[in-house]
Parts: sequence; structure tokens; C-alpha cells
Amino acid sequence: MPEPQCARPRSVAVEAVAVAAAATPDGGAAPGHGAAPEPGAAPQRRSAGSDGGAPTGKPRGLWSDAWHDLLRNPVFVVSALVIVFLVVISVWPSLIASRNPLSCDLALAQEGSRPGHPFGFNGQGCDVYTRTVHGARTSVVVGVLASLGVALTGSVLGALAGFHGGAWDAVLSRITDVFFAIPVVLGGLVLLSLVAGTTVWPVIGFMVLLGWPQISRIARGSVITVKQNDYVQAARALGASPARIMLRHILPNAVAPVIVVATIALGTFIALEATLSYLGVGLRPPAVSWGIDISDASPYIRNSPHMLLWPAGALAVTVLAFIMLGDAVRDALDPKLR
Amino acid sequence: MLLDVRDLRVEFRTRDGVARAVNGVSYAVDAGETLAVLGESGSGKSVAAQAVMGILDTPPGRITGGEVLFRGRDLLRLKEERRRRIRGAEMAMIFQDALSALNPVLDVGSQLGEMFVVHRGMSRGQARARAVELMDRVGIPAARERAGDYPHQFSGGMRQRVMIAMALALEPALIIADEPTTALDVTVQAQVMELLARLRRELDMALILITHDLGVVAEAADRIAVMYAGRIVETAPVHAVHRAAAHPYTRALLDSVPRLDRKGRELYAIRGLPPNPLRVPPGCAFHPRCPVARDICRTDEPPLYEAGEGRRSACHFWRETLDG
Repeated sequence: MPEPQCARPRSVAVEAVAVAAAATPDGGAAPGHGAAPEPGAAPQRRSAGSDGGAPTGKPRGLWSDAWHDLLRNPVFVVSALVIVFLVVISVWPSLIASRNPLSCDLALAQEGSRPGHPFGFNGQGCDVYTRTVHGARTSVVVGVLASLGVALTGSVLGALAGFHGGAWDAVLSRITDVFFAIPVVLGGLVLLSLVAGTTVWPVIGFMVLLGWPQISRIARGSVITVKQNDYVQAARALGASPARIMLRHILPNAVAPVIVVATIALGTFIALEATLSYLGVGLRPPAVSWGIDISDASPYIRNSPHMLLWPAGALAVTVLAFIMLGDAVRDALDPKLR
Repeated sequence: MLLDVRDLRVEFRTRDGVARAVNGVSYAVDAGETLAVLGESGSGKSVAAQAVMGILDTPPGRITGGEVLFRGRDLLRLKEERRRRIRGAEMAMIFQDALSALNPVLDVGSQLGEMFVVHRGMSRGQARARAVELMDRVGIPAARERAGDYPHQFSGGMRQRVMIAMALALEPALIIADEPTTALDVTVQAQVMELLARLRRELDMALILITHDLGVVAEAADRIAVMYAGRIVETAPVHAVHRAAAHPYTRALLDSVPRLDRKGRELYAIRGLPPNPLRVPPGCAFHPRCPVARDICRTDEPPLYEAGEGRRSACHFWRETLDG
């Protein structure tokens, strides 16, 4: 099983934001040219047609163009702010919640909000606010690592299939079909019940295992499209090796759809983690996860709705933020909209 | 002989049958010589060039026969890795539309520099410096500043100059230019052709100029090869062709060029359409459109007759055609 690389949550989270925002081959271009998103700079973009002899503006590739689009899109700004906040509290939850999420007092079970405990207490008498804040880390780590794992595995396999074609492509496409036929929740119930443990790794591994075919298909299609461009033929005519053609000429032009789908999938992975934890096969206590809390709280929804609504609300906002981010990235990278 | 193409055959397998895009083409280019390959779209001139260059997409294309002797080696029998080292370094190609032939996400400095990285193993920095020199050489103003620009920020003419710089970077012995000026404004076409001709002279390279523009041919070429339906129908020194053609198709092409001394008269157009490559007529492929065709043209495929003055014509009636 392709395990995503083990990195500390912080660097992963930061990297993910960078990927989602503008992971670019000409990455430095956007900030490097000091083209800050001042309103006055906007009308200059895309100097209409007459890019004559002299340079008429700052260098703008697809990526820096997309970045400028993003910064002017309120959907992106709002979702990015929410995500930055989530990343910060998942790295340093103690910034806003200093209590221990595992120290509970049964005497306070199901109590409502009171000073110092704004969200009240859950069925075990644990502070819901603290648990909700600490639960963010699980969601973000699972979402980001699963997305990265899926994006890497899927794009490597898909790109190879698209690039080489032939038998390799045929075999991979059939394997993809097989994986598409596995129902996610059922597969999770079966596979994850075989693994014991309270870490996030089996959950992430499962998501990568079932998630890569989607990305692989997109990467394959995208590589096939880009491969037919004249500049790929030109690179061949000038003696570039297949590896160089793939890495320098095809991948940077084919990666946009993968980034878009991986970003949108990030939200669904977070929701899937909660689903699996709710069903008891994802994370298990003492791990802190919104899914576990929602599961624990669901029998008491009539008496103490606060136990359910806070973690569920946090989950909904998080998933929404990542899906909105994916949407904004898609709009920015879609050539038809420019 | 620098390049000697002998009886080259290329097929495309399609759902409707086999298209013989190149059907026994032979041509030769000496060091320092310019050969113009002339023909309508679909005549197989670009496909033949791609097969020579080794960049034909296979599948769907397939080279079914012939030899491509370059400096004595048959390129079709070389291993891909050896061929790759020849491409770009010893023979290079200029494409028609520089906007689509340049990678949109790489700045032109890096793309030009790539030639030196791939073939000469230079570092990025050295390669960049050479790229700027090259841009300067092909007449791009403010080369140093513009090396960081992306292809879409250049005008069509400047982009084609970048393309030319890339092809000439390693001073190859042979350049294949596939309609290098077709995508450009008329005013820019002349500048680009001049540049190409000047650099070709300076570096003493051979040039295969694929075009359908007879004006370009007249200025730049030493010899021409006219292609029709995947075959060469006439080869001749360029000065001889402008005096008289030895093939009715060549003559028709010459007659369809607008001329200042025939102002006001209706422009000649060759009647009919080029044949569908899936159903090339038997005999001489040009016979349905030929003004001098007779029965023999419908049944017997004409060989390339020696027609004097270094010219060859694939017409049964080359003598009559020459005499007008």
C-alpha cells in the first residue's frame, strides 16, 4: 500500500495550502515580480493582443495568472482564511483551547454551556469546545495526507499510462475500473475492521487505496491531451529524452486538473474520515475526532443537541471551505473562463 | 551527400483503410544546399519530414519502407537513443506555428537553454547565458530582459525568431523548416525568411524548406521537389523551374501564383481537389485534374524520367509539357 510520506502535520499543512494556492513551475513569478494584488494593477493584465516587440507587462504564465485571479475571488479569500485558521489551530490547538481534551468529569455529563465552557459538555463530561478544537487536527491531517497520497499515486500511475499508452495503459485502466466498483463505505467497513489501532495511518492508507483511481483517470486524460501539443513534438525534434519531455513539458501543463480534483477531494476525505469514525472503523478513542464525537452524541440529540451540533458544525464548515477552495482553484485554472 | 532519402514509405492505418501518406519518396540534400519541398496540404510533405526527423507519431503512423541516410548512416535503423542525440544537435526542425510549438509554462530563456543542457550537459546558468546570446543573434531586442518572458508575450515574428534560435542553437548540419512563415503576417514573413537565409549562409547549413509558397521558394531555394499525393512528381534546380515546368502539376502551381504583370485577369486555379489519401487514383495520381492526361495516365504510374538540366519528372508527357 503506498503510504504517504510521514511528515509533521505543520509542514504538511503549509505545503498543502501552497499546492492548492499556486504550486507552480514558475512559482516565484507571482510574488517575485511584486505584482501585489492592488486594485490598480488589475486592468493591466493580458495586454490585449498587442504584445509587440517590447515587453508590455510582467511575465504572466498560466500559474501566475491563476494566482491573480484567485486573489480577486472572494470565495477563495474566505475559504483560504477559514483553512488558514484550521491549520493554525490544528498545529497549535492550545492557542485557543488550553484544556486537555481527554480530561473529563462524569459529574458534568451532558451539561450545557457555562462560563469557561462555551459549548457545554458531552456524555462523558468532557469539554465540547476543547474536543472540537482538538478534533481539527485529525481532520486536517487526514484530509491533507490522503489528498497528497492520492494525488501523488494517482498522477504517477495515470501519467505513465497516458504517456506510454499500449499495454500499460490497458492494464491500468482495467485496474482502475475494478477499484471504481468498490463501494467506499462498505470497503471501509471490511478493510478497516481488520486493522486495530488509534492512529490516522490505516484510515489514510485506505483512502489512498480507494481514491487514487479517480486522480489516475484524470491525470491520464490530461497527459494524453497535452502529449498531442506541438511543443511536445518540438521537444522531441530537438532531442529531449522521454523523461525530460514528461517532467519539463508534459507534467507542468497537465497538472492543473489534478490539483483541482485533489483540492475538492480533500473536503470529501475529511467527511469520509468522520463517516468511518462514526461507524466505528475509522479512528477510535482515545483519538479525538469529530466523527467519534458525532457518533457518541447522536443517541442524545433530543436531550443535548449541543453535543452533536458543535462538532458537526465544525465538520460542515471545514468540508465546505475545502470544496469552495477547490471550486475557486478550478475557476482560476480553467482556460475557458479566461 | 548529407541527407539521402530513398524510397521512403509511410502509412497511416485508419478505420476506413490504409492511407499511404508517403509513397516512395526520394530526395537528397547536399551540405549547404537548400531544397524546397513544395506541395498542397495533404501531399505528404510534412509527414515525410517527420519521418526523416524521427518524430512521427507511431501509432497511428508507420514507416513501411525506405532508407534515410544521414552522413552515411541509415537513421531508420539506428536505436532511438542514438537518434535522439542526432536530433537537435546534427539536424533540427523549425515548426510552423511557434506559439503552439513553444511550451507555454516555460520562459523562452529556459526553453532555449534546454538545448545546451540536453546535448552539451551545461549548467542552467551557462545555458541561460548562451540562450541570451542566441536571442541576440536572431535579432530579438533586449534579449537579456526578454529571456524571462513567456512565449505568449512575444509577437508572432519574435516567437518564430525564438523557434529559429532553438533550431540553430547547436549549429546542426541540416535544418528542416516546416512552413516557417505560414503563420506570420506577410510583412513579417520576409524578415523571418531573410533571417533564416542569412543564418543558413553564416553557419553553412543545409535547409529543407517545406512550403506551399512559391515566392519563398524563388528567393531561398537551390532546388525544388514538388510533391503530390505522397509522391515526388518533379525535382529540378529552381532557376530551371521558373523557366519551364516538366510536370503539368508544377506548371499549374506556377500559373496559380498572382502576378503583377497579369493584373486584372482572373487568377488561375487548379480544377478539382487533391485526392483522398485513402483512395489515390490508379496510374498517375494527378490524372483526374490534369489538362494533358491521356489513357496511359489512367493505367500506368509514371516513373521519374530524367528530363535534362538535373531535373526529373514523373509525367509520361514531360517532353511536351517542357516545350509548353
